[in-house]
Amino acid sequence: MTRYIIKRLLLMIPTLLSVAVIIFFLMRIVPGDIVELRFAGESAYAQKENLDKERARLGLDKPIWTQFLTWMGGLLRLDFGTSMWTGAPIGEEIRLRFALSLQLAIMATIVAILLAIPLGVIAALRQDTWIDYAVRIMSIAGLAMPSFWLGIVFILGLLIIFKWLPPMVYTPFWVNPVQNLAQLIWPALAVGYRYSAVATRMTRSAMLEVLREDYIRTARAKGLWEKLILSRHALKNAMLPVLTVIALEFAFLIGGLVVTEQVFNLNGLGLLFVEAIGHRDYTLTQALVMLVAFVFIFVNFLVDLAYAWLDPRIRFR
Amino acid sequence: MAIGRPVEVAAEIPEVAARRRWLAVVSEFCRKRPLGAVGAAVVLINVVVGLGANVIAPYDPVATDYGAMLAPPSASHWLGTDAFGRDVLSRIIYGSRTAMLVGFACAFLGATVGAVIGVASAYFAGKVDLILQRVMDIFLAFPLIILALAVVSILGTGIGNVIIAIAIPMIPRAALVTRSSALAIREMPYVDAARAAGFRHRRIILRHMLPNVMAPYLIMLTAYLGQAILAEASLTFLGLGVSEPTPAWGLMLRGAAVQFAEAAPWMAIFPGLAISLAVFAFNLFGDSLRDALDPRLRAQ
Repeated sequence: MTRYIIKRLLLMIPTLLSVAVIIFFLMRIVPGDIVELRFAGESAYAQKENLDKERARLGLDKPIWTQFLTWMGGLLRLDFGTSMWTGAPIGEEIRLRFALSLQLAIMATIVAILLAIPLGVIAALRQDTWIDYAVRIMSIAGLAMPSFWLGIVFILGLLIIFKWLPPMVYTPFWVNPVQNLAQLIWPALAVGYRYSAVATRMTRSAMLEVLREDYIRTARAKGLWEKLILSRHALKNAMLPVLTVIALEFAFLIGGLVVTEQVFNLNGLGLLFVEAIGHRDYTLTQALVMLVAFVFIFVNFLVDLAYAWLDPRIRFR
Repeated sequence: MAIGRPVEVAAEIPEVAARRRWLAVVSEFCRKRPLGAVGAAVVLINVVVGLGANVIAPYDPVATDYGAMLAPPSASHWLGTDAFGRDVLSRIIYGSRTAMLVGFACAFLGATVGAVIGVASAYFAGKVDLILQRVMDIFLAFPLIILALAVVSILGTGIGNVIIAIAIPMIPRAALVTRSSALAIREMPYVDAARAAGFRHRRIILRHMLPNVMAPYLIMLTAYLGQAILAEASLTFLGLGVSEPTPAWGLMLRGAAVQFAEAAPWMAIFPGLAISLAVFAFNLFGDSLRDALDPRLRAQ
């Protein structure tokens, strides 16, 4: 097992390296340039020498290989440099927003798990009854509703029914937990419901499959409690694919909540990404891409480990 | 021209038979999968409404009426009006045109290019397969919306660019699915036969292998329809998609809809319902189609 873990961790390096190479050169192929964008507002002053001076300050006048090696050198020391647009260290730019995005992703995941697993299990147990149909329609509807619209509807509902608006300014959890949760619970519900739709369907179909297995019949035949059969024998085995879906969605939530962040006025990673690309802020975009890719690859790795732990039939070498 | 007729008759028979078979397939689908048929019907209505928007819509979608700003739903404006006095219902009807165009174009482009890459990757195997798969893996690490955003900010806004931006992130996902089906087809005797006959790679991929991955292709295509509509609405909502004055559902939810949410909730509610209903219908239809086409599921 230890050997497998080490091997998988080492395999992450070439993948991350290729992400780094691709994003570095992709950013330079893309038309548009941060210096021209910055001076676009004051075209009268945009003399060539000013542009060149700015380029030299940002290190963009150096040959592309030098730029690449500088960046790679920084990456090895986990130093992402400074944002080309704001001039602030990238670690600082990302840290607060990452905390916000991570918290929102965790909350949405909790909402999704609380909804998906009970609903999926009930639907599977009562297959082809009205309960099953209701759950299935609810989950297809969840996939159909844009979560940003759901967010707008939540805000509207709170405003019209309770005459109350969730706080619009972000407070970190450790400063004021009540204020923090009062703001983040709504986007978490909106995103969590949508996200639960996939997990509910997965739970339902996995449960249906497992309930047909021989060992469930054996357990029933020897007169085991139905509750015990469901929790120990069926649910535990049905959780594998559900876990995968939940974990992969979680990885996507870290950077993919751009629109929901916009609706709830949250300064998360998604919006930072949009701004960074819009400004052609090479260093910041590269750092964000590396972060999102790392989270995705790492979560994949954790899923594989969990597989081995949950299913004794799977043994890795 | 005496010999003209028998040839014509002969040509007609398989065509009629094919039509009958097609009808039988459709009626069986409706009977066995009523939910899927409902979905298909709603999709059809959406397409018809989109195509005939200029006939169906009661008002011009861009005509402003400052006498009826933020008017609630009434007999003259069924779904109310927006901050410029534009009729919400008419804008939703015209928005259907944009949504259907983007939905079908993206799904077709994404699934088709993906299928070709997937089949080629399985056919060539070895190094080509390995390299293509790694590149696809890297693209898969990013949420669809983030990739689409990146492409749109590079290409610029406008409906054509939005279609490309949404279709590109769909390609790796479609490639992955078709590749796994194509791997099995690659081992079929007829592919060997085609190779032995000396056909070129392109012909074998396009004529011999691609038609045989139709089931996963159609499944991806229908699954993408709903996703494309959602992605377009999201991009447009962020101001990176379709822009004014083109009526689009995502655009109707942007800006004023949130600003006037308390005074005119219909502005925010109805376009969102239109998006949800359209995607819901596509998903219902897609799900049923998958159940009908996937032999693994059919056996159960």
